[in-house]
Amino acid sequence: MSELLALLPSYSTAHLQLALAALGLAIAISVPLGIVAARSPRLERPLLGIAALIQTVPGLALLAVMVPVLAALGLRSIGFLPALIGLTLYGLLPILRNTVTGITGVDASLVEAARGVGMTERQQLFRVELPLAMPVIVAGVRTATVWTVGMATLSTPVGAPSLGNLIFSGLQTRNYASVLLGSAAAAALALLLDGLVHALELGVTRRRRGPVLASLGCIALLALVAVAPVVAGALRERTRPVVIGAKTFTEQYVLSELLAQWIARSTGLPTEVRASLGSTVAYDALASGEIDVYVDYSGTLWATILKRGTPPPDRATALAEVARFVRERDGIELVCDLGFENAYALAMRARDADRLGIRRIGDLASHASGMTVGGDYEFFSRPEWRAIRDVYGLRFANERSMDSSLMYQAAAAGDVDVISAFSTDGRIAALDLRVLEDDRGAIPPYDAIVLASARLAREHPDVVASLRRLARTIDARAMRAANLAVDEQGRSPADVARAMLPDVERAAGSAAR
Amino acid sequence: MIELDRLSKHYGAHVAVADLSLTVGEGELLVLLGGSGSGKTTTLKMVNRLVEPTSGRVRIDGEDVTSLPPHELRRRIGYAFQRVGLFPHMTVAENVAVTPSLLGWDPARIARRVDELLELVELDPAVVRARRPDELSGGQQQRVGVARALAAEPRLMLLDEPFGALDPLTRDRIQQSFRRIRERLGLTAIFVTHDMSEALLLGDRIAVMDAGRLLQIGTPRELLVSPADEVVRQMVETPRRQAAAVDALLGPGGGAPR
Repeated sequence: MSELLALLPSYSTAHLQLALAALGLAIAISVPLGIVAARSPRLERPLLGIAALIQTVPGLALLAVMVPVLAALGLRSIGFLPALIGLTLYGLLPILRNTVTGITGVDASLVEAARGVGMTERQQLFRVELPLAMPVIVAGVRTATVWTVGMATLSTPVGAPSLGNLIFSGLQTRNYASVLLGSAAAAALALLLDGLVHALELGVTRRRRGPVLASLGCIALLALVAVAPVVAGALRERTRPVVIGAKTFTEQYVLSELLAQWIARSTGLPTEVRASLGSTVAYDALASGEIDVYVDYSGTLWATILKRGTPPPDRATALAEVARFVRERDGIELVCDLGFENAYALAMRARDADRLGIRRIGDLASHASGMTVGGDYEFFSRPEWRAIRDVYGLRFANERSMDSSLMYQAAAAGDVDVISAFSTDGRIAALDLRVLEDDRGAIPPYDAIVLASARLAREHPDVVASLRRLARTIDARAMRAANLAVDEQGRSPADVARAMLPDVERAAGSAAR
Repeated sequence: MIELDRLSKHYGAHVAVADLSLTVGEGELLVLLGGSGSGKTTTLKMVNRLVEPTSGRVRIDGEDVTSLPPHELRRRIGYAFQRVGLFPHMTVAENVAVTPSLLGWDPARIARRVDELLELVELDPAVVRARRPDELSGGQQQRVGVARALAAEPRLMLLDEPFGALDPLTRDRIQQSFRRIRERLGLTAIFVTHDMSEALLLGDRIAVMDAGRLLQIGTPRELLVSPADEVVRQMVETPRRQAAAVDALLGPGGGAPR
């Protein structure tokens, strides 16, 4: 818990930074646009329509979509920028709509009175229409505030740290204290900002200078707090830390911590872990140099980056082809393979397997029509699944997508019959599940490999050299134990990584000798 | 002096005002009288350009109203209307001060002027100055509306049924005080109403309108004595007809209940 609390300030300020910047932008865009729309019915419909359309895009998708869009525009596609743009877009609608409603809702006789007493159009707007519309506009800002602060938790997968880091990693590692802490902190932040905007509104409508200045002061203070680390960082840091990425599952958290500790120990360079990145976001982030190192899997890259529809003939070919491809296209260096494989594997309750006499995937064929198969979110749309299905002729009664951290429980509890497990997940053994043999080789190899960015290879060859010593230092058994330690025993990934380090060093040492 | 010269306003095929010409003399109050849809309000709004005419001209003291930007024109003309239009987010004092502050008067002069006007419309400045319009009664709001229209010392006033929404007693009182104010300030004014009694009471002359056309213009006496046609006669006789109906109800010799 104290480890979590130590993370809270940096995540909170990053969260605040994003939310405040996005809100500020959303207000700066929506209010003038709303004024224009309120004056021109011809623009009102399309503008509100577009804003509403943006709103219907699920939050996570909106943020995720910014990554390829920005990349196509040649901009920084990972981190603060995509999150900021996504959140800003999301905040547009309530403010825009309320600005239009507020202004068009001003009593027509008051607008005529404003003209009648001799106001110019500008004066009508600033002295009558906007002040009268203000409560409605502020209501929109408050809605946007709560949404934006809440949605900022989703900026974690696109590489912008936020309170979402606590939630995402907590969900994956079954650390519910972390989920709770992240959610509570985000809720508290939303309520705080909402309260401040409300106080500001009351002060303005009742024209009390005290509350107005106080709430403005508080907002300014929050903004200062949010910006302080950036400024401090810019002043302090001459050397950028080596940034290690991690996708959103336990093994990745553990390995990113392990790499960070390894680099810190062997080179003394500062390191930083950027966790909970979306699966392809991690690769893009490496390609664009926003992160320096992360662990991926040969089979995953084979399918999603090389976009090969058929499995590679063998492990060595997969590794060689992937290495060549990422170097030629993105300048990325495949540093080494860690020595274990984390493959997709079909697993089921050992008891049922024994009862039905199922040992190999092929044995499922005759039972599948009465069974439900569970998989993580991407599994059923991946080429691997199509390959398995076609090679073994499997036709399941039902396919159910769920979070990868939940599917083991689901299988153990009998909610689903078969799951697309990950072969290094410690819960397979812990929950008495059995992996079915892929006797016909439908599933490609998934050797865990360390990838380094072109930037790192250029600027820190020493780091790459030290990482190369990690080749074949971790076996599947060790990885499974580490994953289980986090998932079932509630230890932190950093902790578990620290415990692995001596073994890894021994293995690296003996390999060097 | 206000001259309306062959003024017309068309909304598509609909003719709101047709070829209307009339003159309001210096210090005169002209009532525009007519039913709803007669074009009286449209005519009034063409004077301060809240409505732009389709054709024709409006001249004030010989000068075409289009020679000024509309907002400058309007700052010189007091404007009061039935729905009052007091700004709810401003205090009474701020409402009255609107046009002077647009004209850039210095604050001390504005403050003096506000108090003076509130007294003129028979409100106690100390009591109402800092209130919001919604804290006032309907009659008080109308008075503030008149005060606001007078704030920048206009020599010209346009009033669009300013007392229409009031109960009869309040209305009677406020009409009387408006009469006194106008006489004191020597204002030239156009006053729109559909109420013949009000027209007779306040107007130096009355212009009767129907369906966008001017039927007759003259002093109350002229209209009563020689109405131009049946419509005018019907209209100007309304107060008498009503009085007669009241008499009939009360019986001959009137007043004492049986």
